[in-house]
Amino acid sequence: MLKDQDRIFQNLYNDLGSDILSSQKRGDWINTKELLDKGRDWIIEEIKSSQLRGRGGAGFPTGLKWSFAPKEVGSRPHYLVINADESEPGTCKDRDILRFEPHKLIEGCLIASYAVQAHVCYIYIRGEYFIEGQKLQKAIDEAYEKNLIGKNSAGSGWDLDIFIHYGAGAYICGEETALLESIEGNKGQPRLKPPFPALIGLYGCPTIVNNVETIAVVPTILKRSGKWFASLGREKNTGTKIFCISGNVNNPCNVEEEMNIPLKELIEFHAGGVIGGWDNLQAVIPGGSSMPLIPKDKCETLTMDFDSLMAEKSGLGTAGIVVINKDQDIIKCMARIARFYKHESCGQCTPCREGSGWMWRMLERMAKGEASKDEVEMLEDVTKQIEGHTICAFGEGSSWPVQGLLRHFKDEIKKRNKFDPIVKKNRDIPYLVDQHLLDKNV
Amino acid sequence: MSLKRPAKEQPENFEFNSPSLETANAIITKYPKDRKQSAVMALLYLAQKQNDNWIPLSAMKYIAKFLGMPYIKVYEVATFYSMYNLSPVGKYFVQVCTTTPCMIRGANQLVEACKEKISKNESELSTDKNCSWIEVECLGACVNAPMMQINDDYYEDLDKEKTLKILDQILKGVKPKPGSYRGRLNTEPENNRKTLMDLKNA
Repeated sequence: MLKDQDRIFQNLYNDLGSDILSSQKRGDWINTKELLDKGRDWIIEEIKSSQLRGRGGAGFPTGLKWSFAPKEVGSRPHYLVINADESEPGTCKDRDILRFEPHKLIEGCLIASYAVQAHVCYIYIRGEYFIEGQKLQKAIDEAYEKNLIGKNSAGSGWDLDIFIHYGAGAYICGEETALLESIEGNKGQPRLKPPFPALIGLYGCPTIVNNVETIAVVPTILKRSGKWFASLGREKNTGTKIFCISGNVNNPCNVEEEMNIPLKELIEFHAGGVIGGWDNLQAVIPGGSSMPLIPKDKCETLTMDFDSLMAEKSGLGTAGIVVINKDQDIIKCMARIARFYKHESCGQCTPCREGSGWMWRMLERMAKGEASKDEVEMLEDVTKQIEGHTICAFGEGSSWPVQGLLRHFKDEIKKRNKFDPIVKKNRDIPYLVDQHLLDKNV
Repeated sequence: MSLKRPAKEQPENFEFNSPSLETANAIITKYPKDRKQSAVMALLYLAQKQNDNWIPLSAMKYIAKFLGMPYIKVYEVATFYSMYNLSPVGKYFVQVCTTTPCMIRGANQLVEACKEKISKNESELSTDKNCSWIEVECLGACVNAPMMQINDDYYEDLDKEKTLKILDQILKGVKPKPGSYRGRLNTEPENNRKTLMDLKNA
């Protein structure tokens, strides 16, 4: 288990208060000027040596991302955008950072802005987190008051303004280009990449987009050295991470732990075990709803980091662990996730807009046992038609959980859905999912 | 995608009152001078707050003029994002999260409670026209499931009985205390804390 003094977020549960004085007692805003004085190359090198990977889901190396920002500021200003549009089901880590460790985030914003030469930073908070946004705004005001940000931030000679932009309930705005569209005052529909935001982003200017947790750990890394951070976890999966353990466990909680921690330890030790005992475990979604689920037998030995979960054909994602025990109907659980994706698809690409609805309707029928035998294969085919055929990663995010269900619980579905296909003719309409409706009209 | 339609009965005029106007002008200064359009989301939200939790078409027209952008662009934004209500909802707007992490911890009981206390169907006003409820997608408080949001506040760690009590208070016009309803500290593991112990005892 990680030692308490190695935990970056000391105030995760708000034992100490989130105002600037108590934050300073915990070490925030100390030596910030000295850190900045070491120069942006040093900062980026230190982050690179810490092997910090983005905490928003994709796990892209942060130091590398920062180094993509143009070295010289041309005619277009640079922007830093913080992604606090946390809406992945099973994930609620950024909320605690916004509420209880806002000064870590703001200090991180200053350092990151300096490293990528941005004078303006936007923090995009999901609209539902209104109270959290107000708390962050209060912290920003405190920082302005103490001259830690604003003109000549913290005495470093760098000017930085931080603004909060509220979203309005669109999951897709967590995708970085959709988020930029949303800040520009448009519908949140993702853009084609390339060009990547690092070159053409917000208002057509170079923009670096980072997750809240990524930025909030930066000051501690620089203060305690990249080497310290890299010594936690394992190679390429370093550092600490906030895990959110929800679902059928006795004590659902957020906890900061070392990367590569065994899943069983997280569930049994920190979250008080599965309801009904470990043997009552059915499956675990390891990284927020868009990651494929993992059945019980693999949970015994699984460790939680980017690469080991990738090897299990799943992913760490946002580290939102949803535990599902045997009292739940797994098909129904996945059908509900499919409904979420159907609701949140932005409607830009046809495979995703239509396919997410198809998947939902098929799964709902499968949960009730109203589907025919051959539909199981058809569902798999639909997921394959969505995956990789969309502008953004939402296509993968919506089809992976269904693929995970099919990979591990196909027998369960087949056992429940034994019908022969109702429409026996017309088999040459391969992707007409609602064939059962046709029959009712006959 | 979700479908949204504006209400049939629309007020003819909408204008920001003076506190809203002041806030609106402050919001615009957050963005570069030639990028006023960025403020459209915040302004729609402001209009919604001013107009009892919903946005009439006249408000969209007003905001379009206010920001110097085409009306259709405002309409596009207002219909895209799910938090903008285009038809009247109650003064107390209850949103129950029913996505999987909440569902497996019994979110359907919260829905039942809403059906009993507020109205039979979602998005339907209660008899006193003060309250309505709706099922929503993940609100991002999964370790405190099941939960619901009433206007800006989160009510966490609920069950049917507790929900009924909260709804009773609302219907009486009293704002209940937000936060966890099992008395735990934010997102800590209840009675099972293993980390940051000296802080807890401090």
